[in-house]
Amino acid sequence: MGLTNNSLGIKAVDSGLAIKKVSSEDKVVALAGNPNVGKSTVFNNLTGMNQHTGNWPGKTVSNAQGYCSHNDKNYVLVDIPGTYSLMAHSVEEEVARDFICFGNPDAVVVVCDATCLERNLNLVLQAIEITDNIIICVNLMDEAKRKGIIIDTDRLSIILGVPVVATNARKKNTLYKLMQALEELLISQKKATPIKIEYESDVETAINAMLPALVRFKDVISLRWLAIRLLDYDETLTKQLNEFLGCDLYSDEEINTKLREAKGILDACDISAEKLQDKITSGLVLTAEKICKQTVSFKKRNYNSSDRRIDRILTGKTTGIPVMAAMLTVIFWITLSGANYPSRLISNGLFRMQDILTELFNNIGAPDWLHGLLVLGMYRVVAWVVSVMLPPMAIFFPLFTLLEDLGYLPRVAFNLDKFFKKCGACGKQALTMCMGFGCNAAGVVGCRIIDSPRERLIGIITNNFVPCNGRFPTLIAILTMFFIGTSVGMFESILSALLLTCIILLGVVMTFAVSRLLSKTILKGIQSSFTLELPPYRRPQIGKVIVRSIFDRTLFVLGRALAVAAPAGLLIWVMANVTLGDYTLLAHCSGFLDPFARLLGMDGVILLAFILGFPANEIVFPIIIMAYLSSGSIMEYERLSDLRELLTLNGWSWITAGSTMLFSLMHWPCSTTCLTIQKETKSLKWTAISFVLPTLIGMAVCFVFANTARLFV
Amino acid sequence: MSAYNSLNELQKGQTAKVKALAATGSMRRRLQDIGLIEGTRVECLQISPGGDPIAYLIRGAVIALRLEDSSNILICQ
Repeated sequence: MGLTNNSLGIKAVDSGLAIKKVSSEDKVVALAGNPNVGKSTVFNNLTGMNQHTGNWPGKTVSNAQGYCSHNDKNYVLVDIPGTYSLMAHSVEEEVARDFICFGNPDAVVVVCDATCLERNLNLVLQAIEITDNIIICVNLMDEAKRKGIIIDTDRLSIILGVPVVATNARKKNTLYKLMQALEELLISQKKATPIKIEYESDVETAINAMLPALVRFKDVISLRWLAIRLLDYDETLTKQLNEFLGCDLYSDEEINTKLREAKGILDACDISAEKLQDKITSGLVLTAEKICKQTVSFKKRNYNSSDRRIDRILTGKTTGIPVMAAMLTVIFWITLSGANYPSRLISNGLFRMQDILTELFNNIGAPDWLHGLLVLGMYRVVAWVVSVMLPPMAIFFPLFTLLEDLGYLPRVAFNLDKFFKKCGACGKQALTMCMGFGCNAAGVVGCRIIDSPRERLIGIITNNFVPCNGRFPTLIAILTMFFIGTSVGMFESILSALLLTCIILLGVVMTFAVSRLLSKTILKGIQSSFTLELPPYRRPQIGKVIVRSIFDRTLFVLGRALAVAAPAGLLIWVMANVTLGDYTLLAHCSGFLDPFARLLGMDGVILLAFILGFPANEIVFPIIIMAYLSSGSIMEYERLSDLRELLTLNGWSWITAGSTMLFSLMHWPCSTTCLTIQKETKSLKWTAISFVLPTLIGMAVCFVFANTARLFV
Repeated sequence: MSAYNSLNELQKGQTAKVKALAATGSMRRRLQDIGLIEGTRVECLQISPGGDPIAYLIRGAVIALRLEDSSNILICQ
């Protein structure tokens, strides 16, 4: 999950089962599957929506829904999180299981990875046990073909007893077959006779013993599945089942009698609860293995050898981490050196527009205050936000998305897990940190991929140490102005990229330090286990990545920033122009904050800007500029290159710049992130800690930095 | 204690068969879900820069496991 309307902000945390049909005729179709098999791509191509896709497991952590129609029939598609199993180990798996089991979808499409069919069949078989209305979509057929893997889908369909379609979700036309199959299944009510997974005979006897007690549920749930679940007790599932069936299963007289009878059968065969679980899972795994032997053939023996070669470099003992740091630096370098020129162009254009607007206001004889409010207040902040933010985002996002598409991010988690482990955290936190680069709120939601609640909390609380795209351009702007200069030569641009990398690394180091601190103090606990899939590398769809990341990530984030920037511009202008006593409101506020802010190496205006930037970090830097501009200086600063002069005139030194950057990296999360944390943790306490902890740390770091630096000046 | 080696002792490039799982609870289930049951063939593919975790080829998928977990998977040749 990345940055789209669905995944950002409050909506992002909606994991509920509220399905919105357009008309009651609409059919609800759930898209299930292992993580990272292209479910979101199928979903996007069918619905025309832009659920963010990426090559790493756990990208979709909540249900997303969209609409599509085929032959005049309408469908509601629900993209559920990828899971290996429906026996729920983590929050996202629970979301997936609950939807398939209790969301009453009209059909379930299980999307499989053709390059790894055997493992995928485990989930297919589990889903088949729950519902008959199922279609198997064997996706990534092109990847399989490239690797010399041949899948006999017709044979697979006969063995499984349910429709199987081969698709290549990146190519829309192959999805036509899927929709045809859905239509046949749902509209023409073609009845499937799915495969029955055979367990060992003792287990079968126990299951059969249970069935008579469950007959009353036969219209709402698969009895065989229910019987297995009752035998194989699971606390959270039981709660859900009780609610769904409107009956307290384990206190029901009849069920209990039969359950005792079935348990007796198992006991007689010396099958303990753990052994039963073993037998159930191995029943599934062995069935999958058998099916694969009959349907999959390999043309090349070492079909994965090129992936292994790449892995040897990207995750190698000596190369893994240096390559990672180098890649980060290169991305920053491209972003920094590429953003400079367009930034200037945009700001020139937008400020020429401001002159035109001013002239227009003068010509129609608009009052001064109106011109001030709308043009000098609102328009100018908006113009700053666009020219400072747009270019770096439009370069950084596509580059980052390319890495994501390629499948690099799980390798980052693999490389860094040892460090996370030392800090008592989970390596998958690296993935959520990567999401944090886009948006911390999305990163917080992404923490659902972390299984242990303790480690998940650590991930949530520390996510804010990764600068999101709202803070990123601020860092870039200050860095360029104060430490590099705006005339960008090769050497300077490399230096700035290195400095930026250092700042990001500082954020990473803080993440480790705070994670460690938390797991040694308030979040003590045992280390949980960890399984991380390293998916096959996939060729990124470069054109698509660029278009996608510019249109839905960049423009969306920019839109959100502007929505906050416009009113903030108004407010700042009013504050700068309404006087109370001898001073403006702005001067009162910043004056009040000034002594404290000076301790931290900043000034009152900067701290005020951070406070006003609570709704969106994007506007912090523009507010600083606005505040300086409106506090009486008559000079016109309209180019980024002039900004340094403006800041210096207002008392900025490299210490101010450094402290501002540090505080930008480490302060309270924005309002959206706070709300998201509250929703995810359902606890005010943890939300408060997530707010206070980075703030205190940031203040301490700024204090130490500023006061040490002053000794050297 | 055990007569068998555990998975974490497998060297890069070696393969072995799973003999039994010593893990319990949800980890046991998770390992089974990714296809690790008695008789499953596992290959040790890649050791991470820190030495831990280690990536294994399990039923066509590459899965990284921490030492604590892989030491709970008993193997035989």
